[in-house]
Amino acid sequence: MTDTPTPTSYTVPGLVPTGPRLITARFDVADGFTYDGYVRTGGYTALRKALTSMTPQQVHDEVRTSEMQGRGGAGFPAGTKWGFLPPDVFPRYLVINGDESEPGTYKDRMLMELDPHQLIEGVVIAAYAIGAAQAFLYVRGEMALAQERLAQALNDAYANGLVGRNILGTDFSVDVTLTWGAGAYIVGEETALIESLEGERGMPRLKPPFFPAAKGLYMQPTIVNNVETLSNVPWIINESGQAFHDLGAPTSTGMRMFAVSGHVNRPGVFEVPNGITTFRMLFEAPEYCGGVRHGRSVKAFIPGGASAMWFFDEHLDLPLDKPTVDQAGSMLGSGAIVVMDDRTDMVAACWRVVRFFARESCGKCTPCREGTTWLERILKRMLDGHGRADDLATLLDVCESISPGLAWPPRQTTICPLGPSAVSPIASAVRRFQHEFEHYVQHGRPIDGVERHAIHGAGAHV
Amino acid sequence: MSDETIDDTDGTDVDAATEPEPEPKRTLTVTVDGRPFEAQPGSMVIDAAIAAGSYVPHFCYHPRMTPVGMCRQCFVEVDGPRGPMMVVSCMTPVAEGQVVRTDTPQVKRAQEGVLELLLVNHPLDCPVCDKGGECPLQDQAFSHGPGESRFVEQKRHWEKPIPISDLVFLDRERCIQCDRCTRFADEVAGDKLIHFISRGNDTQVMTFPDEPFSSYFSGNTVQICPVGALTASPYRFKARPWDLDQRASTCTTCSVGCRTVVQSTRDELVRYQGLDVESVNWGWLCDRGRFNFESIGSDDRLTTPLVRGESGLEPTSWTGALGAAARLVTEALESGGPRSIGILGGARGTNEDAFAWAALADALGVTLRDAQVGDGLPTEVLGLPRATITDAANAPTIVLLGPDLKEELPVLYLRLRDAAEKRRSRIVELSSVGTGLSRYAWKRFPYEPGLGAQAVSAALADPEVRDQLARGPVVVVAGRGNLAESQEVATATLASLLDGLTGAGASWSVLPALRRGNVVGALQLGMAPSEGAGGGLDVLRAAAEGRLELLVLVGSDPMADCPDTDLARRALAGARRIVAVDTFLTASSEQADVVLAAAAYGEKDGTTTNLEGRVSGVVAKVTATGTSRPDWMIATELGLALGHDLGFGSVDDVTDAIATRVPAYAGVTRTAVARNVEGVLTEAPLAFLPPASSSAGERNNYDYRLVVSRTLYDRAVGTATSPSLAHLAPGPAALVHPLDLELVGVSAGTEVQLVGARSSVVLPLHTDATVPRGTVRVRFQQGGGSVGELVDASTPIVDVRIERL
Amino acid sequence: MPRLTDANVTIAKEIIGRYPRPKSALIPILHLAQEQDGYVSEDAMRHIAELLGITPAEVYGTATFYEMFKFEPVGRYCINVCTNISCQLLGAWELLEHAEHHLGIKAGSTTDDGMFTIEDVECIAACTEAPALQVNYRYRYRVTHAEFDLLIADLRAGGLADEIPPHGTLARVRQRTPQNWADTGRTAQAEVDAR
Repeated sequence: MTDTPTPTSYTVPGLVPTGPRLITARFDVADGFTYDGYVRTGGYTALRKALTSMTPQQVHDEVRTSEMQGRGGAGFPAGTKWGFLPPDVFPRYLVINGDESEPGTYKDRMLMELDPHQLIEGVVIAAYAIGAAQAFLYVRGEMALAQERLAQALNDAYANGLVGRNILGTDFSVDVTLTWGAGAYIVGEETALIESLEGERGMPRLKPPFFPAAKGLYMQPTIVNNVETLSNVPWIINESGQAFHDLGAPTSTGMRMFAVSGHVNRPGVFEVPNGITTFRMLFEAPEYCGGVRHGRSVKAFIPGGASAMWFFDEHLDLPLDKPTVDQAGSMLGSGAIVVMDDRTDMVAACWRVVRFFARESCGKCTPCREGTTWLERILKRMLDGHGRADDLATLLDVCESISPGLAWPPRQTTICPLGPSAVSPIASAVRRFQHEFEHYVQHGRPIDGVERHAIHGAGAHV
Repeated sequence: MSDETIDDTDGTDVDAATEPEPEPKRTLTVTVDGRPFEAQPGSMVIDAAIAAGSYVPHFCYHPRMTPVGMCRQCFVEVDGPRGPMMVVSCMTPVAEGQVVRTDTPQVKRAQEGVLELLLVNHPLDCPVCDKGGECPLQDQAFSHGPGESRFVEQKRHWEKPIPISDLVFLDRERCIQCDRCTRFADEVAGDKLIHFISRGNDTQVMTFPDEPFSSYFSGNTVQICPVGALTASPYRFKARPWDLDQRASTCTTCSVGCRTVVQSTRDELVRYQGLDVESVNWGWLCDRGRFNFESIGSDDRLTTPLVRGESGLEPTSWTGALGAAARLVTEALESGGPRSIGILGGARGTNEDAFAWAALADALGVTLRDAQVGDGLPTEVLGLPRATITDAANAPTIVLLGPDLKEELPVLYLRLRDAAEKRRSRIVELSSVGTGLSRYAWKRFPYEPGLGAQAVSAALADPEVRDQLARGPVVVVAGRGNLAESQEVATATLASLLDGLTGAGASWSVLPALRRGNVVGALQLGMAPSEGAGGGLDVLRAAAEGRLELLVLVGSDPMADCPDTDLARRALAGARRIVAVDTFLTASSEQADVVLAAAAYGEKDGTTTNLEGRVSGVVAKVTATGTSRPDWMIATELGLALGHDLGFGSVDDVTDAIATRVPAYAGVTRTAVARNVEGVLTEAPLAFLPPASSSAGERNNYDYRLVVSRTLYDRAVGTATSPSLAHLAPGPAALVHPLDLELVGVSAGTEVQLVGARSSVVLPLHTDATVPRGTVRVRFQQGGGSVGELVDASTPIVDVRIERL
Repeated sequence: MPRLTDANVTIAKEIIGRYPRPKSALIPILHLAQEQDGYVSEDAMRHIAELLGITPAEVYGTATFYEMFKFEPVGRYCINVCTNISCQLLGAWELLEHAEHHLGIKAGSTTDDGMFTIEDVECIAACTEAPALQVNYRYRYRVTHAEFDLLIADLRAGGLADEIPPHGTLARVRQRTPQNWADTGRTAQAEVDAR
């Protein structure tokens, strides 16, 4: 093992905490995505270690010790999740959720494109830990390069005895099937993903009774883990769960990837110490985003994907710590941060997020199927200059029918959280910037000083 | 609803069959709106709340299907560990001590919110919607909806309505995406021909392009649609619900005896709906049973009696016709005695009809009688240990030795399919060609016609089958899968199966799959052959041989019903005189000397007996056509004309007489029938199958062995005179395995000649991969070259050659 | 309209073999059909239904749920312009408007020569590289109007043929079913299903 990349530390004296790069280190290695490149940089050592010197229970224990929170959005500790599998029920399956589509989220794709073997190694180790009969790597349909890289990586991994029958000469066998979607955000929801994997329309199942760990793929016990989550597993096995736990904050352990987009000077994806770094550090540090563009100020930002409640300048100094952000009334979700500067048209921004949910509603539950589209139409009508006096009241009342109380965490009249997700931007923006909406209703145009977009005729139905 | 119902609808419990017997049922105490209620374990909160008398609005929930929780209308509040929480009651199981509230402000707000959202895209075309007046959405909007809509955007627009099958229209604008029709097509009917397509706000129900929803059960989707999105062509714009008058009845199209609600307006039958009874049809009907009421109002119905005069059959008065019939009876008695009279029929009428005719036959001393004409099984099959439909659908093992249930007894097919799909039962099928249940069968033992006993041996020798038989009760569904195989052979095969099951130590019972509506009732109430007198075929043979002075056809149509057409033809020609009681002029009754116009189903009261022996009521809903009369009345009046007072002044008198005089029907009082929506179960006296031998030899290599079997839609008079159904018959065809088609050397659809020992017929040849090599299947009664010409009821099997023209 | 070619049937069967139940292969095989014809034809759906032992309506129900499947021919190059929040903030609508103007078609339609289809799509997971677009699911980041024009010119000239296959072809590398395929999932599930 020559050529192991040196972990890069981002250090801004007195401001930015430092940490190693656990899963993005190979992003700088030109051939890090190839089998040779991966092995040369220490790849598959964790798999060998796990299979030849650890019991499945020991592997599980390491992950439990790490207290790694799932990176898909809900933030549920992976080790605990694995523990939910009912004993003695077989076969059981491992499903890897690579259907990254939450607006603002851009990290799983990088992990799949730039370090596919790391993910495969994590998958096989996880399959070993939970006793999975088979693993399914479900990649978002639109990610052609990720599919190609993973297909090649899997073929190479099989050829080198790292997946399939008698892995590394041990008794352990597991297949990893690469599968992919075809364009449906909702399939990122784990039960919808399972439906999709069964060849069905990706419509979520009700939990309970269909908790995947009990009744998942083919009604068998199933663990659904996010790409980033499993990409961390090789490091945890190599370095120990405790080492992972020692990084970041006790309440949000490890390193974590955040994608920061929008009105910042250097948008990008960063692996930062979890739970310690603050939003302000992320936005302002030169190593990270280098400040809001044109020296402007932050008007609002979405801290954890389009489903999240919006944050404002008073939230800038919150650390990227799950309980802290939850407490403040939003979520870190999938690590997607969208920054909007003070020239942003809040009504347009709000509409665009709502349109997303209206277009991506699966159509199963009435409130979401009918309600999200209705919300989108009202907002679009406002943007088009045809707002009506009672629109704002109707908007909030329809929100109430989807998510009673407009509270956080949201209550919902729907099976899955997609419907309430469409409520988040409205609840956030209308509460904070009611005058902007009223201005649209009264004058048919935005308030002065905001940037207008060339939005043309694109409603929920295209 | 009983607890079994709820278990049955729990589609998620796929392992039920492998789990140990559940502990004896106990109830759970829940509190619904302050009232304690004993709920069945495994049931849903919505079941308990509704049963406890609370109002829970719902659209997608249907007690006979897996809950999906889509409409989100049935919110209630349940106390949880963290205080009150709103749940959808259709997907929340009841639990001990559960506190349920259906009327809190939060619940009402949620329900009203969902209702408003359901209405945003729903067209307000209630005035021209067939569902208007019986529409749950309309009712809900009327009582709980907002006065006016706040939805000022444009509603969804789709072409409306579009036909999705020959019988069903779909209006996607009215659809509220409840998944009832699509769930029905999937989990109840197994015909996944309609499906949700697109996504989100564009979600719609649709068929695959150019592949219609041609399910035998499509009408059920119309019945369960909670809005007017699905309408059936026979009922569209026929009536408004508030103008409908309805009574509970029983369908007599086949012997399953589905309970129905018969609806009429202005003395015209307009619609049948399925009635949900646990023991029989669970609310479902097949489309033939649902829509063949059209034939009752057909212009071709006989409106008056007819007597043959110089210019053929001529309308006459009842006095004249009954007098003429009485004269023919008297002449026959005088010249040949009671043994020169044969009576066939009863299976198409009520119990009362059959009983009255049997009483008349008794009074006249006529012993030659039968409700079957070589198209069934010996009456003794009814005296075997009898299974109910529910017994069959809960038996670990179901052995099929009979017809294609999907084609002949469709709702029994649904029940058994459900049993197999829900893993309660394993199906072992013995048949010569594939059937609708083949794909659900656990094991299949195909056999060449005539060689069923070999399949029986093979099945019983299979170690897995023997293990399976030991797992509990075995129900044999026995009937005639092949009308070209003689009744004797079919009986012998059944006997060998039952002997073998006994030998294997299996605890078996038999569900007779005799097809015609009231065949069981007729046989049990006196229209069975008297001991030693011979059955229906013997009656026909006696007629053909000139030994009958008089043949009386009570709804029987030997030309259509008897598999051996030549025998039927010779019988009708050979009988010196024929009296027919019928609703239509058929190929048989048109040869009669006197035709007595009979009232049809829907025009007469009475009772009927289904294949299990279950007796339920049928009702007169409309005035009888013309001067037609019920069969029992005709028998009574003919009796009077002959000097025999049967003592029946009304149909009730006959029902009472049955209960008094027939031991098996002692419990079948009018009160009992009226009170029990499930009907009253009867049992026939114990009997043994008559000795029968199977003497079919091996097939000659050049021949094809013939299978004649029925399809749901055929040229039967009730179907042919129902305009909505008439064109659904697939038409005449001979079906062979694709490789045999190559062997014959013609392309599919080419007419070929089927040459039998006695005759030949010309039929188009098509392929059917479920037909084994060396076998040719011909659908019975499809018009065109009558396959009955090839069938010789006196030979065990029929072999034919297929010749190019 | 075409069914799947024999070669694609072979691939389809190999794909089916990698799942415990055949229907799980539906979406990948629909992609295969789209790769073959550029869109998913009715005949292909019928053929897929046969291969999987399901009804064409089931195939149709699943296929129409997912946006990537097209049921009539589209352009050789599908240009998906992301207009979601991150891209909107950085000029996606202006880019889309430019694209429409440049190609003379509205979003959702195809140029007369059958070369280009433009769509206004949801987030394509390139948020930090806004405004972003995909051509047949191959990314282009931080696209200026001039770069868009250049892209179109290159595509027309065939200069990007190596990088961007015609619409329908997604991954050009397929997973294979190697010798050491363990088949444990299918075997175990078959046992459960038989019960």
